[in-house]
Amino acid sequence: MIVLLIFLLPLIGGLAAFFLKDDRTVRTWSLLVSVAALALAIAGITSASTDQLTFSASWMGSLGSSFSMKLDGLSGILTLLTAVAYPIIFLATWKSSYRRPNNFFGLMLLTQAGLMGVFTATDALLFYFFWELALIPVYFLCSGWGGERRIQVTFKFFIYTFTASVVMLIGLLYLYFQTPDKSFSLQSFYNLNLSNDKQTLVFWMMFVAFAVKMPVFPFHTWQPDTYEQSPTAATMVLSGLMVKMGVFGMIRWVLPVVPMASYAWGDVAMSLGVIGIVYASLIAMQQDDLKRLIAYSSIAHLGLMATAMFAESQSGFQGIMIQMFNHGINVIGLWIVVELIERQFGTRKMSQLGGLAQKAPALAILLVVVALANVALPLTNGFVGEFLMFNGIWNSAVTKYNYVFTAVAGLSIILAAVYTLNMLQKVLFGPTGVVTEGGRDIRGNEIAALSLIVLMIVAIGVYPQPMLNMTDAFVTGFLKEIGVSHLIAK
Amino acid sequence: MNALIFSAVSGVIMMFSGLLMPKHATRTLAHVLLLVIIAVNILELRGTTIFDVDTRGMLVFDRFALLFTLVASLCTLAFFVLSSRDMERVGVNYSDYFALIFFIMCGIVIVSSFKSLLMLFMGIEIISIPLYILTGSDKRNLKSNEASLKYFLMGSFSTGLMLMGIAFIYGARGSFATAGVFVENVSPVLMVSGMLLLLFSMSFKVSAAPFHFWTPDVYDGAPTVFTSFMATIVKAASFIAFMRLFADTFGNLQAEWKLLVGIIVALTLFIGNITAVFQQSVKRMLAYSSISQAGFMMLAVYALNADAWEGIILYAAAYSLATIGIFAVLVKMNDYTFEGFNGFARQQPVVAGALVIFLMSLAGIPLTAGFLSKFYMLRAAISGGSLWLVVFAVLMAAVSVYYYFRLIQAMYFREGKATMALGMTPGFRVTLVVLAAITILLGIFPNLVTHWLYF
Repeated sequence: MIVLLIFLLPLIGGLAAFFLKDDRTVRTWSLLVSVAALALAIAGITSASTDQLTFSASWMGSLGSSFSMKLDGLSGILTLLTAVAYPIIFLATWKSSYRRPNNFFGLMLLTQAGLMGVFTATDALLFYFFWELALIPVYFLCSGWGGERRIQVTFKFFIYTFTASVVMLIGLLYLYFQTPDKSFSLQSFYNLNLSNDKQTLVFWMMFVAFAVKMPVFPFHTWQPDTYEQSPTAATMVLSGLMVKMGVFGMIRWVLPVVPMASYAWGDVAMSLGVIGIVYASLIAMQQDDLKRLIAYSSIAHLGLMATAMFAESQSGFQGIMIQMFNHGINVIGLWIVVELIERQFGTRKMSQLGGLAQKAPALAILLVVVALANVALPLTNGFVGEFLMFNGIWNSAVTKYNYVFTAVAGLSIILAAVYTLNMLQKVLFGPTGVVTEGGRDIRGNEIAALSLIVLMIVAIGVYPQPMLNMTDAFVTGFLKEIGVSHLIAK
Repeated sequence: MNALIFSAVSGVIMMFSGLLMPKHATRTLAHVLLLVIIAVNILELRGTTIFDVDTRGMLVFDRFALLFTLVASLCTLAFFVLSSRDMERVGVNYSDYFALIFFIMCGIVIVSSFKSLLMLFMGIEIISIPLYILTGSDKRNLKSNEASLKYFLMGSFSTGLMLMGIAFIYGARGSFATAGVFVENVSPVLMVSGMLLLLFSMSFKVSAAPFHFWTPDVYDGAPTVFTSFMATIVKAASFIAFMRLFADTFGNLQAEWKLLVGIIVALTLFIGNITAVFQQSVKRMLAYSSISQAGFMMLAVYALNADAWEGIILYAAAYSLATIGIFAVLVKMNDYTFEGFNGFARQQPVVAGALVIFLMSLAGIPLTAGFLSKFYMLRAAISGGSLWLVVFAVLMAAVSVYYYFRLIQAMYFREGKATMALGMTPGFRVTLVVLAAITILLGIFPNLVTHWLYF
């Protein structure tokens, strides 16, 4: 039941927000809804009764589909991330002004509903519905409130994702026809035992859809432009939460459904992942625009997750799950800083900034912590996930090139340090420029939002055990599902 | 049977009402007559027939036929409510337009229930001839005249082909009945060439490529109110005829036409979608969009299984509702180009919101009826085993997002002053919102329509 409420609350809250008039009221309402969703998510994760964690109702039975949702380890961690992220986003953008705020916040909450649905759906058709439900409001957010080139850029993003998702739909339909009981349920898909040719076909149809969303290297071209042109609140949702839909989709709907093809094409996918890491990191080093820098850094981080995923090992999956959460909050932290800087100085160009450490010491301290987490320094949360993922790739039993992949992917740590520290240097230190001369420090809500993130970064970095426990049980069961333990035994 | 007789009588009544009544009374009368048709049709669907006419098996009013008649007449009602005022602007013969539409309704009932090739021919002609007149009803407009003449010439030619096809089939089997004819030694040459001629002429009627060339010009030239009717309800009815014909008569010739229909589907999708991308006028874009949607509906003819029958009804409803809604707003605009819609959402937020839902439905975005109807088509085609045709179709659906969303972009994200030539009444807005709500409702509960097929 809780799992249904987690989806319904932002949906109804979002629809209601459209009808609120006053700017203040809308913001308060959205914050309340998102906090309530957070409470529900926490209740969901800590609850042990299956009644609370699953929901199933008949819906479109003639099509073999049902309205069924489930909260397990994987979906739990992502619902928690979504639920944690929204109050922080609303808090951080409390002072940003939006035209027609009721529409803006309504769409934001609808996106949250879509995300919650995607993460919990256990029916393929329902999953596809939510997948689009998350996409459409974001399209309107980015096109309606974005930067100068927003219309073309978001349209590219939309067409890109939509095309990929309809191909995924065909993949799901194809799987549906292979099931003996003609059903869209996740369990029937898991029970399938397709021939290798069919698996390959389905694998590529689904892989492309999720790879576009993540994005994995050759499918990433929509991403930097979209992040740059979107309103920052939407960018936080896009990069902190929506890219996780791709990772999640791959883990839930690809690997266990077509395990043989995932194994057979794993090397290709891992290669794409490591190419993405190096390529995006190199480009990130050249950027002057803060948003683009973070966008490329995000591609690099997701590339590492893609690589670790196809390594198919216990610590690799645990690392991905933990890193999904951590990357989500870290990147939102970075976007908050960008938003603060842009709102105050009207620029995101690092060459025009500088000397912020003197003008805004509180911002500087918080930014340094977030940035170090982005580099995966030990004792920050980034380290836990990345270490586990590298460990997973190194010990991978399904690829012959595990050492090569680890070595190349390992470059990401060095390169991330280069561009992140470079960014810190240019933004925080050095002489104050013309632009930053009259800078002031951050206040109230901004400190609150960033401190929450920093708090989580340190807490998870120092004591990751609860997260390890949370992911451990799921991954063990999951590895049985994809049959890797069987492969290793051979 | 109820709907057939009532719509014929309604047509006659409307013809004379123009002499006796003022315009607004004619309009009310037309609405009332249509409501009566809907009511008697529902009665028949529930098992009560008012007239018991022996058609000697030439017309069979099964559930499918009745359900489609219901969907078509409900869509016509939506069309009347939204656009009947705007028909006044077209010309002086206001009541005659209603009469012609009722006659077309007659034809629609016939083509959805025929069991004889003669009835098919009658139905198609009863639909076509009033359409020729409606297309040319804006008599002082050169484009309208051109469209009418073009439509008439091309239409007659394809009717000729159809007649010849029917003659061949008759020659081969010695009967006009579509199904249930068992004759020894049927000449395959006559059957196959008859089938091909019928395939071509039906493809013409539903504007499938490469027989679509008349469509953009005719839809563009015809008065916009009537384009709305032609492009939706009439087109859907032609598809029903197409499906019935091919399921009944040529069901056992599938090997001969399957590939051909597959090629027509692919070609129609390709030409319709790619050409629509380049249009600058919304009206012309909708004309090409109707071609591309025809490509999707054609998948039902291609598959001809249970999914296809359910799907085509849903498709007819989804596509008609959305297109009628968009056309109803378009009629009232000053400027038919995409730029003419710039900034529209600022001025008419409610109407723009409804348009967004219609456009999303046409593009096949989930939670709208358009998605589910496309989904039914894809399912029908995949279970027929044609994965590649389906992949092609969804890629083309992704292309269609481009031109549908251009209108959304113009309305919401571009600055401008969209001006409307005609005012909108509150009733108009409410109707649009209701149609949008139905579109979403059908997208979540398709059974609201499809269960009528069985219960």
